[in-house]
This record gives sequence, structure tokens and C-alpha cells, in this order.
Amino acid sequence: MAKDDVLLEVRDLKMYFPISRGVIFQKAVGMIKAVDGVSFTIRRGETYGLVGESGCGKTTTGRSILQLYRPTAGQVIFEGQDLTKLSGEALRRMRRKMQMIFQDPYASLNPRMTVGEIIGEPLEVHGMARGKQKKERVQELLQVVGLNPYFVNRYPHEFSGGQRQRIGIARALALNPSFIVCDEPIAALDVSIRAQILNLLQDLQGKYGLTYLFISHDLSVVRHISDRVGVMYLGKLFEVADSDELYRNPLNPYTQALLSAVHIPDPAVEARRERIILTGDVPSPANPPKGCNFCTRCPVVMDVCKEVEPDLIDVENGHKVACFRVY
Amino acid sequence: MGYILEVKELMTQFFTQDGVVKAVNGVTFHLDKGETLGIVGESGCGKSVTVLSVMRLIPQPPGKIVGGNVLFDGQDLLKVSDEQIRQVRGNKISMIFQDPMTSLNPVLTINQQVSEALMLHLGMNKEEARQRTTELLQTVGIPQAEDRIEDYPHQFSGGMRQRVMIAMGLSCHPDILIADEPTTALDVTIQAQIIDLVKRLKDEFGMAVVWITHDLGIIAGIADRVAVMYAGYIIEEASAGELYKNPRHPYTLGLLGSVPRLDEIKTDRLVSIEGLPPDLIALPKGCPFYARCPFRIDRCIEENPPLDAQVYDSDHRAACWVDVTTGRPI
Repeated sequence: MAKDDVLLEVRDLKMYFPISRGVIFQKAVGMIKAVDGVSFTIRRGETYGLVGESGCGKTTTGRSILQLYRPTAGQVIFEGQDLTKLSGEALRRMRRKMQMIFQDPYASLNPRMTVGEIIGEPLEVHGMARGKQKKERVQELLQVVGLNPYFVNRYPHEFSGGQRQRIGIARALALNPSFIVCDEPIAALDVSIRAQILNLLQDLQGKYGLTYLFISHDLSVVRHISDRVGVMYLGKLFEVADSDELYRNPLNPYTQALLSAVHIPDPAVEARRERIILTGDVPSPANPPKGCNFCTRCPVVMDVCKEVEPDLIDVENGHKVACFRVY
Repeated sequence: MGYILEVKELMTQFFTQDGVVKAVNGVTFHLDKGETLGIVGESGCGKSVTVLSVMRLIPQPPGKIVGGNVLFDGQDLLKVSDEQIRQVRGNKISMIFQDPMTSLNPVLTINQQVSEALMLHLGMNKEEARQRTTELLQTVGIPQAEDRIEDYPHQFSGGMRQRVMIAMGLSCHPDILIADEPTTALDVTIQAQIIDLVKRLKDEFGMAVVWITHDLGIIAGIADRVAVMYAGYIIEEASAGELYKNPRHPYTLGLLGSVPRLDEIKTDRLVSIEGLPPDLIALPKGCPFYARCPFRIDRCIEENPPLDAQVYDSDHRAACWVDVTTGRPI
């Protein structure tokens, strides 16, 4: 991998949220370790998938990359600059290049703004266009995401979920970003609409050379859209590999369990599959277990797993895994 | 044939300010003893309204069951008195809901909530009900059930709450369990636990199950028979094996094409169904899928195909005027 290929590098990212007690004199009584030492790189033009169950820290990772949360520790190097060190105007300038598409198209659009105002706002905030120029750009963007340009004066409630998600995508594209964090962009949509949005995202990537961080809990979707995939559990990366390799040859027991839990729309295949059913729930990130975070549910747990935390180690051609069973 | 439940020409509508929402438009299906029927469809297709109508749980007004029959145990559930339907609900037919976070009462303990049905339907006293509740919680796999029985719902995780819901559903040994998207709000690994549990309990209790979902993958793993709904109609019905191998309705075909599959070679693009589902207030005269259908012909604008427009062996039926395998009119 050539060094100049790397668009984004995340080094040992940590995001802790304090648990506070007390009304007036608040003091921290603990820490929620939402993201606990995550490192990965995203190459220019690729789609990096981040999968995991709810509460594993995948959304927090995405948000702390964009500096929507200021990380507790670690570095986020985007186009050679460490974003965690930037603030004010310097950070704002970088923000033009990185945007986000949110999960819930019902909550992420202001109901009192028209579509034109929603998509035009980033243009105005960053002083890129105003007046007639802005209007033209908004109409162009609407067309790009497959909506009628005459919709500019309508309000979000006049649109269906899939259409609203398209508006969200148009807003993210407004500033010509190079990097977009897609946080569960299809989870709130109906099955037949999901494919439309996934196809749109792929088309846009081809057209504008976008780089995506695609966050999702749906393993089939992540495999479909991603070039490389990272599996998260309880704030840590458990396995990273090229998407085909990960799905063909999952090495971490958690990845294996996760993959076996996915249903395949074919009864004949379903009848033959063996499922690894995990027992219990995900432990609280405020009080993760000692050793490997997965040791409380792992079907092949060993003594060492309960004592020492495994590192994410490259076992073969960039296939990285954190598990004592493997190395 | 001795069906345990037979629904005939069920029609449910909602009378709103904007007009009449035709949520269910003449749905006919049956349920055999001990089988699992999957009802698949997108939001707004009428799958939940169908089963809520069967249980007579449609809020009235604005909703109204305007026609049809629901035959269960020799009586029409749509005609019996409120008192009689209460005898059936939660007792012979019980239901688990999608969201375990909101369907439990936050101010009552788990014991109070599970015991309620036991005392009401089976006439148990408090102590017996408590005993039985503990057993039920153990059956659905709640660890240390005895200690946790006096806990409140907020002390349980999502998966555990759904287990409590299932325990409630099973408490009176129902003949039919209706599961309305019971795993949608849960994580993948927890989803697998719950599906596994329902499968096991179904065999143990010998119930028939109606499983409602939008996820064709889940249905493939559990259902014997599948009905696909669209805009308030059942548009295709078949045994599970047949439906996935040989889909006959363009909508089913589109749904199967639009989900990426883990076991297949990656494709560049998904086959998506263009457009949006129709407005249920102003349904078209002809086939409701016409506007989005890649196989449409002129006949579809005029006439809405009935479910038995195409009938194949082993009760495979599809509401379509076109044979999708050849693309020619039937």
C-alpha cells in the first residue's frame, strides 16, 4: 500500500464519556469506554465498512473522526493533518472535505426548513455560494440524487423516508467532500428502498471519487458495499480484512458468531447452516471484563483470554485479528 | 381440512381526516395446526393491521373492520362479544410485539405482568401464578429467574425483555402465537437467540405460529408457508421452499433481488424496485404494484389480479397477470 493512498488514518482513538453523579457538584464516578483504542486506515476511493452490534462504538468512532466529539486520546490524520489538534477556523476548513449521512432521515432534517434551505445551508455557512448561484447548485444536487429539482420549496414532511435520505445525501454532497461517513444510512428504510439508496451511494462514489466510512449492523449490506471491513465489539476492533476475505475466512470467534447469525433468504440454505448461538448479552462499556472484551460470551474462551487483552495483529496480507486462538 | 384459523376476505380501514385509508383489502389465509406461517411485507403493507384485526385490537375509531370472517374454534371472532374475545386473547391466541421496550409496563414488576394472564385466564391464585411465572421465565432462558422475578422492565436488556414478552405469550399454552416483528429491535446475535427460542418452544408446546416480518432472511429459516403482502393485499402465497425457489410475482422477485446475500458472489449493483408504494387512501383501480412493475401490461391498469390469477401445485398462488418466467401474459 503506497503511503499517499491513505486518506485517513486513525491511531489509537479513544473516546470516553464520563458518568457523573450529583446535581450541583457533578463529579465523575466512572467512564463509559465507548471507543477504546481503535486504529485503522482508509485509502482514497475505498469504502471501509464498520460493523458491530448496538453499543459497540461504531457510531462514536465515526463521530469522533469528524470531531463532532473531541476524542479523549489518539490521532485522526486526514490528508496529512491531525484533526484532533485543529480547532476553530482551521477545523472548519477541513470539515468541508468530510461530511456525514445520518441514520434517521426523519430526525436529521429540520422540519421548518425547506429542502432548498437544508441543502443550501452548508454552501452558505462555508461561503461557497449564495443567491442565484446557490439555487442552481441546490437544483443540480437534487438532480444528482434522483429528485425533481422543482422540489426546492417543499418541506421534509412532504417526502417519504427514502426521498428524505436522498435529501440528506444531497446535503452531504453540497460542499464537494472527499470523505463521507455513512452512519447506518439505510437502517430506517424499507427493504425495496434500501437497494435504491445503496445503488445511489455506489453511483456517487464512482462519479465523484468519494471515500466512504460505512457504518452498519447489517453484515450482508456491509459485504455488498465495502472493500474492507472492520468488526467492532465493545469499543475495540476485533478483526479487519478485505471484505471477501473476512466473509470467506472469519478468524475471530465473534466474527464467526456474527456471520452465522445472519439469515439467508433461501430455506434450503438455511436448513443446512449451523448457527453459533451466543449466550448472554454484551457487557456494559462502563465496566468491561478483564482481558478480552468478548471473554464472557466466547464459545472457545481460554484461561489467558480472561487475563490478558489480545492485540490486533496482522496474520496474513492485511487480515488483522485480535484473538489468542489465532496467533 | 381442519384449519386452526381461517381468515376470509378480511377488510380493515381507517377513517381519517384525509380520507379512508384502505389498510387491508380482502385478505384470505389459513393456518394449519402446528405450522409456522410467515407474513412478509414492507411497512404500510397491512401485515400488522391484519393480525391486529384477527385479535380485534384495532383502535376504533379511527379504525374499523369493514368486512370478512375470522374463524377460530368454530366461531367467528369478528362477531363474538367483547367478553368472549377476551377469553381468546392472550389465552388461546397470544401475541408478542415488535418493541419490547414499550410493550411492557414500566411501573409493574415482571411478576405482576406475567402473572396477570395466569390469574385471569387460568384462575390461579397469587402464589400459584408466581410459581408458574418463575417456571416460564426459566423456560425462556432468563438466568436466575427466581431472583429477577421482582425486577422492573428497565432492569432487563432488550433481549431479556423480549424473552419476558415471549413468556407472557406462552403463559396460557396458546394454540396460536402471533409474533409481530419480534426481533426487529434486537441485535443480530440476540435475534439469533430469540428465533432459536421460539422454534424450540413451538415444538415443545405444539403451537401454530404466525411470524410477521419485513426480513425475507428470517422467514426462510423458520416458516413452513409464506404470504407476501403489498398495499393491503396478499400478492403471493406458497410453501417457503417454493416461494424462494420459484417466485411468481414481480414484487416478490424484486424483494429477493434487492437484498444482498452473504452466500452469493458479490454483485456490483442490486436489483432495486424503483418508485414508492402507492398511497393507501387513493389506491389505483388496477394492480397496486403497476407503477413499479417491470412486467406490467395494459390489463394491469384496468383489472386488479386476484390471488388465484396464477395457481401452481402445492398451493402456490400469485396475483399477477403476467408469467414472470416468460414475461408473457397468462
